[in-house]
Amino acid sequence: MMRTGLDELLKELELELIHMGEACTLAIEKVTKSLKNGDLKQAKKVREADEVIDGMEKDIENLCLKILLEQQPVAKDLRQVSAALKMVTDMERIGDQTADIAEIIISENISEQVEIDTINKMATAAKKMVRDSIKAYVNQDLSLAVRVIEADDEVDLLFVENKKDLIALLLQNNGRNGERALDLIMIAKYLERIADHATNIAEWVEYSITGIHKKGN
Amino acid sequence: MIENPIITIKDLDLYYNDFKALKNINLDIAKNKITAFIGPSGCGKSTLLKSINRMNDLVDGCKIEGEIALENENIFGKMDVNILRKRVGMVFQKANPFPMSIYDNIAYGPRTHGIKKKAALDEIVEDCLRRAALWEDSKDRLKRSALGLSGGQQQRLCIARALATKPEVLLMDEPTSALDPISTGRIEELVRELKKDYTIIIVTHNMQQAVRISDNTAFFLLGEVVEYNDTQKIFSIPADKRTEDYITGRFG
Repeated sequence: MMRTGLDELLKELELELIHMGEACTLAIEKVTKSLKNGDLKQAKKVREADEVIDGMEKDIENLCLKILLEQQPVAKDLRQVSAALKMVTDMERIGDQTADIAEIIISENISEQVEIDTINKMATAAKKMVRDSIKAYVNQDLSLAVRVIEADDEVDLLFVENKKDLIALLLQNNGRNGERALDLIMIAKYLERIADHATNIAEWVEYSITGIHKKGN
Repeated sequence: MIENPIITIKDLDLYYNDFKALKNINLDIAKNKITAFIGPSGCGKSTLLKSINRMNDLVDGCKIEGEIALENENIFGKMDVNILRKRVGMVFQKANPFPMSIYDNIAYGPRTHGIKKKAALDEIVEDCLRRAALWEDSKDRLKRSALGLSGGQQQRLCIARALATKPEVLLMDEPTSALDPISTGRIEELVRELKKDYTIIIVTHNMQQAVRISDNTAFFLLGEVVEYNDTQKIFSIPADKRTEDYITGRFG
């Protein structure tokens, strides 16, 4: 038997989470591109998208409260709704951090583009983690959630590696790349945080499937 | 799983003529805890509840096999049914005060068990009404008919009456299903309060109520216990798909 009202609301929740997840991955993608090609218009769009993502968080929170109030879900239904409530907080932070990166790109005053391979790698990995964490929720795919959690270590390693690259950049041209290097370390840190948020999302997906949040805790 | 059980049910089968209403029930009831029995209508939960103070014995064609032990003593053995019912009280779905005064409703049980002195009865009446959170509402009208009380008050009176024989176990069969939310809230609060001194088994169709007040929950289906566990566990990560389907409303 279907429980029509609840099932429809859960479907709606799922769709809204997909949209919010898409908005987050798109923001990461755009901000990475504008970092590469210095496209300020793109960066400004990312800054604006942050507000849209904030609005999505509010909408999803309201939908979750509506489901709790109207349907009083238990068991798996309850876990899905409470996981969603926690996940949107992390997704909203991802939106903030892409906007922070965009802000750096907009405000920095350097015409010469310096491409740092480790940052590109971090951005690609973080984007994949965010996308997969939402996909894991929608498909209730435990092994995908676990893979996202594991992928965080790779991003952490890339961050360490990135520091070495930036030190090398600092030492070039008698330190004239100093400002750029400092900006890039901030950007790398934001990307590393985005990966952390994706990990949090995946941990809540794990909870929604198994009922256990963070194994071993 | 249950430490220090007050009631132990072993290999219990119950038949109404050819119909097997309970199938191989094995269940321990924890002392001073609230145990909820949940399940769809006709699943056997009320039948089991009634068996615990032998109310099914009166039903024609009822046959019981297996054992229910209260503090290690089989209730179907030598135990006097009157003593059993003194030790295991019952509160029903519909409040059923006797058509007599509030005072006499409470004093009825103790009198039957031989307490005649007014001072002793006064004390019992006050104590039970206080425990049932009805003393303030009724102390000035103890001699008035119990039928003049509101539905919620009548149900609290029935709880007070059940407490008057100093039972160890209280059985409650959907005690709030006919009450408004405020009266329901007061009964739930009362039940939690009573847990300190009594073991309570409650049959409820209200899932949220089971979550709010019970420590352990047993889910019944077609005369069997499908799952019995800590209430939090049952309602957050049920082990059996049938439990999940029932409590999430996707049963059938």
